[in-house]
Amino acid sequence: MHTHRRYNFKNQHFAGQEGRLIPLLQQAQTEDGYLRRERLEEIHKLSGIPLAHIYGVATFYAQFRLKPVGKFLLRACHGTACHVSGAVELSQAVEKHLGVPNGETTADRMFSIETVSCLGCCSLAPAMMINGATFGNLSPSAAVKVVKKYQKGERS
Amino acid sequence: MTRVTVGLSTCGIAAGAEETFTALETKLASLPDAPELQRTGCVGMCYQEPLVEISNGDGVRYLYGHISPDKVGRLIDEHLGQGAPITDWLVWTSGGKGSDHAYLSRQHRIVLRNCGNIDPESIDEYIRTGGYLALQKVIEAKDPDGLVNVMIESGLRGRGGAGFLTGMKWRFTRMAPGTEKFIICNADEGDPGAFMDRSVLESDPHSVVEGMIIAGYAIGADHGYIYVRAEYPKAIERLTIAIAQAQERGFLGDGILGSTHSFHVKLKEGAGAFVCGEETALMMSIEGKRGMPRVRPPFPATRGLWEKPTSINNVETFANVPWIVINGAKAFNSLGTANSKGTKVFAMAGKIRHGGLVEVPMGISIREIVFDICGGIRDDRKFKAVQMGGPSGGCIPAELQDTVIDYESINKTGAIMGSGGLVVMDETICMVDVARFFLEFTQRESCGKCTFCRIGTKRMLEVLTRITEGGGRDGDIELLEDLAARVKNSSLCGLGQTAPNPVLTTLKYFRSEYEAHLTNKKCPAHHCQKLLTYTITDDCSGCMLCLKACAVGAITGERKKVHVIDQAKCTVCGECYKVCNLGAIAKD
Repeated sequence: MHTHRRYNFKNQHFAGQEGRLIPLLQQAQTEDGYLRRERLEEIHKLSGIPLAHIYGVATFYAQFRLKPVGKFLLRACHGTACHVSGAVELSQAVEKHLGVPNGETTADRMFSIETVSCLGCCSLAPAMMINGATFGNLSPSAAVKVVKKYQKGERS
Repeated sequence: MTRVTVGLSTCGIAAGAEETFTALETKLASLPDAPELQRTGCVGMCYQEPLVEISNGDGVRYLYGHISPDKVGRLIDEHLGQGAPITDWLVWTSGGKGSDHAYLSRQHRIVLRNCGNIDPESIDEYIRTGGYLALQKVIEAKDPDGLVNVMIESGLRGRGGAGFLTGMKWRFTRMAPGTEKFIICNADEGDPGAFMDRSVLESDPHSVVEGMIIAGYAIGADHGYIYVRAEYPKAIERLTIAIAQAQERGFLGDGILGSTHSFHVKLKEGAGAFVCGEETALMMSIEGKRGMPRVRPPFPATRGLWEKPTSINNVETFANVPWIVINGAKAFNSLGTANSKGTKVFAMAGKIRHGGLVEVPMGISIREIVFDICGGIRDDRKFKAVQMGGPSGGCIPAELQDTVIDYESINKTGAIMGSGGLVVMDETICMVDVARFFLEFTQRESCGKCTFCRIGTKRMLEVLTRITEGGGRDGDIELLEDLAARVKNSSLCGLGQTAPNPVLTTLKYFRSEYEAHLTNKKCPAHHCQKLLTYTITDDCSGCMLCLKACAVGAITGERKKVHVIDQAKCTVCGECYKVCNLGAIAKD
């Protein structure tokens, strides 16, 4: 307990379980789609970890979101291989098609778009991921076509 | 027995391998004597995905590339039905045939020994190929010191990038006082352009788990963590299965294989922070804190996770371990150069013809990898540079393509071996833009702890951005060099210390490109949008497509007459260039 000795673990569930904060936040985000304030307060009450520390961790990691996201999260890869294969143009086309800038969600809450550092599909560059599915060898128009399939409900 | 296997790792799935698998299932079910249909991981020929392998009863293996669902019928009818392999689709056979035979035959696979050969979700298949024999050997020998010595003698160096001797790291951790110790597998593969670790985890997770258990035995640790990127869902899924299977068979848990040694593995999902690939930041993250590095020493070997002695090794390093235990240190150190032993896996991407995973003995040249194995540059363009080591590395120009792959030779160029991402660049790529791209990355990923890393990278990015946009000023190159030296010298961890490398190497080898941007306001690679001038050539047929595409009305002309761009109005958006079917728009 030496590392977190200043925290008073009130709940047995957390006693001796240092390092549970990130998995807890991940679980909360999986369930709610983002980190709700109430949920963070709940974690604070249960664990005794200061809310400031919880927010510190939540804002440090790129994975955590404090705002709700759309039904489909589109992550355009901007890794090196994708960058040299036209990732910027791909993102521009998707942004133009959906009418929202990078990092935002469409008004109908269907799509959120963001860029990620690397999806690890470099030989299929440029690539993007929609929820769990990865798409590769895209042109800007092919990417828009994929998005349209989701919009029409042909894919989910 | 005849077997049909489909490569189902992330690359394959993205290329449609699951659809191919379903089509094969249906097709094979209709046969009277249906052969076995199996899943496998990454064969490493990402450019040929989806890949299907048919191995005949006689042991000959045929690998087919680009097998989309519509090709499945013909493939099965001809190859299995008539016993006539389709030579046009063959990429490799164990008999030495196939269009891309050189790609696999020139490799030397230790880490990737099982990738694409076994079902990653089956422990039985791993055991069938000799899996967990190394662990058994180690447990029976009851000689952890001897084991550490074997690792030192093998010369295996950390494959995460820095290249520290793995055996030495184990020895320090073993000798460190304390009863509770940890093993960490660093699977936070964050370098953009690198995907070796993902492929190994997706295709052969047990080799990494076995390597970790052996490491645990060597240093006297009974707990291990695998810190894996959340962006790799398939790797997480397969590791979870592998850990559960190993527990069930008694390779993990208390009293491994009847010994008194225990080892437990926990999977920790990263949360998206590049800096967490740095060992002290990674440990902070496991402890549930912001992933910010701390001063070393004390090194993790003496004070690591929860302040206990910890050995952190990379995925590829662990995958080497069982092989070394079985085959001996000599078999490993007979490969490679004086100071770099064994093999290295490279993830080939960018403007390369055959992109994918390549495992080669150390000492091979960059040229051999790019041209002899990977088929050279795509679209027959000119080879310009390779980027090695991601944001911490640098660009090695084509003139230095005979540089051999070993830690010291690569360092001499100003790049680093890194984790193994090798992005190939052709003449269409602007090196100033590449430097800007990496700075944008490191600036965003800087944790903010060290001032020069936090602010210095931001200032460097601003300078690079204005150079690529035509606003470069006199003295900008010198300013970049000055900032680079300060960021390097005043940062605590590898991220900041190496962040200027992409700028410094491009300045070293491609200085004239910087100067062209600064003085002539031109981008020699015709990449930087704001420095381009578009003009219409006499090839114009007067189709009016560009005129309609131009949003600012800068193009004038009549049907069937050559159009003209008014440079004063042109916003260099490039739309006209994109829509022209005749290539009649020139950019300079």
